[in-house]
Amino acid sequence: MLGVVGAIAGKSTSWIQRLVFPSSALTSLLLLVISLLALSQPVDTLVLPLGLPGLPFHLRLDDLSAFFLLLLGAASLGVSLYSAGYFRAMENATRRLFCLEYHLFLASMALVMLADDAYLFLVAWESMALSSYFLVTTDHKIPDIRRAGFIYLLIAHLGALALLLCFGILQGGHGDYAFAALRNAHLSSFWATTAFLLALFGFGAKAGLLPLHVWLPEAHPAAPSPVSALMSGVMLKTAIYGLLRITFDLLRGQQPWEWGALALGLGLLTALFGVAYAAVQSDMKRLLAYSSIENIGILLVGIGLTLLFHTYRLNLLAALSLAATLYHSLNHAFFKSLLFLGVGSVLHATGERNLGKLGGLIHRMPWVAWTVLIGTLAIAGLPPLNGFISEWLLLQAFLFSPRLPHPYLVMMMPVASAALVLAVALAAYVMVKFYGIVFLGQPRETKLAQARDAGIWERLGLGWLAAGCLFLGLAPALVIPILDYVTRFLVGDALGSMATHNWLFLTPVLPERASYSPLFFLGVIASVVALTFFAVRRMYHGRLRYSDPWDCGYPETIQPRMQDTAEGFSQPILRIFEPFFHIEREQPDASTPRPRYREKIEDRLWRLLYRPLIRFTDRLSGGITRLQHGRIHLYLLYSFLTLLALLIFVR
Amino acid sequence: MASPFLGDLINLLAALLLLIAFAMLAQRRVLSLINLFAWQGLILAASTAVMAYSSHQHHLYYSALLTVLLKVLFLPWLLHRLIRQLNVKWDVETLINIPTTMLTGLGLVVFAFNLATPISQLATTVAKSTLGIALASVLLSFLMMITRRKAIPQVIGFLAMENGLFLAATSATYGMPMVVELGIALDVLVGAVILGIFFFQIREAFDSLDLKHMEQLREK
Amino acid sequence: MNTWPDTLFQLIQSVLVVTLAPLLLGWINQCRAWLQNRRGAGPLQPYRELHKLFHKEVVLAHHASALFRMAPYIRFGSMWLAAAIVPVLATDLPFSPAADVIALVGVFAFSRVFLALAAMDVGTAFGSLGARREMLVSFLAEPALLMVFFNASLISHSTQLTTIVETLSHHTLMLHPSMAFAAAAFLMVLLAENARIPVDNPATHLELTMIHEAMTLEYSARHLALIEWSSHIKLMTYTTLGIALFAPWGIAQAGDWRAVPLAVAALLFKLGLAGAGLALLETLSAKLRLFRAPEFLGTAFLLAVLGLLTYFLRIS
Repeated sequence: MLGVVGAIAGKSTSWIQRLVFPSSALTSLLLLVISLLALSQPVDTLVLPLGLPGLPFHLRLDDLSAFFLLLLGAASLGVSLYSAGYFRAMENATRRLFCLEYHLFLASMALVMLADDAYLFLVAWESMALSSYFLVTTDHKIPDIRRAGFIYLLIAHLGALALLLCFGILQGGHGDYAFAALRNAHLSSFWATTAFLLALFGFGAKAGLLPLHVWLPEAHPAAPSPVSALMSGVMLKTAIYGLLRITFDLLRGQQPWEWGALALGLGLLTALFGVAYAAVQSDMKRLLAYSSIENIGILLVGIGLTLLFHTYRLNLLAALSLAATLYHSLNHAFFKSLLFLGVGSVLHATGERNLGKLGGLIHRMPWVAWTVLIGTLAIAGLPPLNGFISEWLLLQAFLFSPRLPHPYLVMMMPVASAALVLAVALAAYVMVKFYGIVFLGQPRETKLAQARDAGIWERLGLGWLAAGCLFLGLAPALVIPILDYVTRFLVGDALGSMATHNWLFLTPVLPERASYSPLFFLGVIASVVALTFFAVRRMYHGRLRYSDPWDCGYPETIQPRMQDTAEGFSQPILRIFEPFFHIEREQPDASTPRPRYREKIEDRLWRLLYRPLIRFTDRLSGGITRLQHGRIHLYLLYSFLTLLALLIFVR
Repeated sequence: MASPFLGDLINLLAALLLLIAFAMLAQRRVLSLINLFAWQGLILAASTAVMAYSSHQHHLYYSALLTVLLKVLFLPWLLHRLIRQLNVKWDVETLINIPTTMLTGLGLVVFAFNLATPISQLATTVAKSTLGIALASVLLSFLMMITRRKAIPQVIGFLAMENGLFLAATSATYGMPMVVELGIALDVLVGAVILGIFFFQIREAFDSLDLKHMEQLREK
Repeated sequence: MNTWPDTLFQLIQSVLVVTLAPLLLGWINQCRAWLQNRRGAGPLQPYRELHKLFHKEVVLAHHASALFRMAPYIRFGSMWLAAAIVPVLATDLPFSPAADVIALVGVFAFSRVFLALAAMDVGTAFGSLGARREMLVSFLAEPALLMVFFNASLISHSTQLTTIVETLSHHTLMLHPSMAFAAAAFLMVLLAENARIPVDNPATHLELTMIHEAMTLEYSARHLALIEWSSHIKLMTYTTLGIALFAPWGIAQAGDWRAVPLAVAALLFKLGLAGAGLALLETLSAKLRLFRAPEFLGTAFLLAVLGLLTYFLRIS
């Protein structure tokens, strides 16, 4: 196992640029295969004589780690293949540095998933944050990007701080930070809840949970596209991994229902918030970033539901919702990476990431357009693709909620499922907007005519991810057994053979209860399409003539600019959810000589939560600067006073 | 005890009553509001009659009959006449927009249901589970009175609230004693008539039925 | 389960639904004409229109992509699938395990997203306007529809349509209390999703109001015919779905061949009634302003959620 990690890290120093990314893709593939094999194996542990004396690194490969390594391998395979082609144009020195950081990033993510003690976990976690920070600020000459990177680093560190405290509580005064010791530490319910809240905060900061999401829509657009893809597709999942690890593994046995309700509520808020903001974005990458927030919300809803079922010992149902959560993580890794890479290609070919200046790219970039179409349909939660399956499983789990013995919870569940469904339906709106404006219609700018399709490496990467979406969508019965290892490990039950007794059908609990067969689904549609096509040809004719589109009787007046802009498309959403947004408008009336129309949508939370926080911190640090005079005597005095205080303390 | 069929029927009717309460909350037109009110009365009468049949409480038949006469025929007729004479067919103006009102209503329903669960377990009647619905419709009608700006919808809200109370009374205890019921019926009647007279007076004084003009009456 | 007679029966049923779908629309239009003191074109008019459209030559915009040409076929295929899932005559269908109610909502969403994308493909103002409005209507209608189904599946402990219909048709009362809410919500969703008054007006081409027609403005000939026909199937599917959920009496049980003629008669009767009812409703109501439509659908959504709450009131 270590060999794989070492290989990734070792390759990174290699200067043979052309070979690095393909070989890292190869290692990803290796990782994928190994983790797939590891799932059925007993737990592997390994102690490395590295690190501080007396504090060796513990590594452990159990089912949960293996699943997330599988996710990492699968997504990074696509991204690395893509990167092999993507960074050709970069200047050499930057590229070398980038290469190093990229692989450090991958390796540290793998280490996070393998770590078996809090110490290594945090080291890997921090190196993941730092390497991704440097990746985000690859174009560090642009001030906006530096600002985005700063926000990211700040929130990442807040989160890391919370995690540090969380592990401190978890060890329960024994001073042993190996996970095995943490598992056996018996915490009182108060400390357990504190640890859970800290973990939720710490991992939430990484995942983009509601009040801590602000870095996400800043950092994703700033980073180069393959990095955004990795950050969104995989790095956010490390937070999910950590949350699962702490709540279900380390805090095993004590989960009051309030935890689940809290996670569920936060998840719903995050999902609705993310999708509503995604709907009104006009920057492609910001749109996708907000959509990531939505998906993290859905994942958290799944975790919350699992916690609720697990609290009341409804283990089969907990397994069902956990399987939905894991499935969705896997799905999100595939389709979000795919979409970010597709956007990267568009960005590369046109230099434009404002939706309002694109259009009609399906003619210029068919490869990118068709693979991204698969990702779009998948993320919109449409059958027969993969996004639908995880949402389907989650809704099935929701339908079992009347079995919860708590009347208030049972009453709230329908409202919760309604909110979830609303978020999912709105995601379809967002995705139609995204795809329709970027790839369909007529080019809104003349320079788009020069756009060229992606190269061979890019195509390979996109193709792998799109194929993954299709596979996960069409063969759920082959995926569920993989998830079963994890659910059995975490909640003690699995969907088991019931789900797979017939490879054609997905039946999570009972065949009378619910079943779904994506292959059948696709088969019927495809055969009807083919039949209709030939029947119409046979019975009538296939005559076809090209002409201009309908111009309302005013010839030569149709212009590409008459199409909906991104803002126009999202206007109904803006209007319905108006209280959600903070909108600055500048709408002069028609008599103004040189009217200028402007509309800026800002994050409400930024204003409500962060501005006061910033002001507070400013004032605080203003007070502290007063201590700082630059006079060496004063500094010596400070040290002296500190020394005295410490002496009094240890006395 | 009564057959499950009748219990189901009463539940269904109660659910319809709540449905109408919601529809009234969402309704923008005064005319439809009055019609909805009449329908609500009719459903209330039907549920009372079914309850009378299932529990063999004969006085409930009388109250059903009374409900039909008063709330399905007389009061709607009175209100129709009122708006014809006052010539007010405008759309209902609301203080809060309708989706928000509806969401609040949903919250109220959850609240009412949870509130009613322990009480209804104490009740012994066939229709004990409708208590939550009755409570919810009382709260919804109250909400309607709060959010409407004009006088007539407020009166209708008041009357609808009485419907909910009536349902609560019948579902929890098989109705109030006849004397009380007659008294309430009379109260409602007199109340409606007096309000009708008031409308004329308000309009004479302010040339409008918008209640915000009443704010001028406060002490400065 | 997968015996040949069953499969044959399934095929016959779906073909029947697909071929009878234009008739239902014709019937609704005829009823509307009668209600409005017109003579009307007769219930067979949609067939004539489809036939005419199939004969015409396709006129395609210059920059239409392959997506634009694929979309009508995909829509038709998915509607056919939807028609195959809904139990219309009998409750035992070999196709039905392939997709449950959530997947059914997914089928509708799938076809809608394709049509909306195709509408944006040509790049005229009308297309994107239609797509935007359609998605607006759907993002509210879709959750409402799903909540309606949740009502039914809470009662029958299943999301499988056949199981739901079987449970409901054995229920003591014709309507479960929570289903009263679901029925109201379903009716509103039906009107909205099938581009009927009060949300959309199928007879208008006025850009201020049209939703569905704006999307299909660039389509012609066989493509348009397929889209129209799929819309008919969609209306038919929704109507039969409503019948199956809220008035399932007379549906033939599994393997009971003798009940089929009765089921056909009952179905025709119920469809006729439903069509007349829809026509009456459309004649009586006026089209809503576009921004009232979210309110209308939000009401449907809340009603369905309320239904779920009512269900829990009863069991607690």
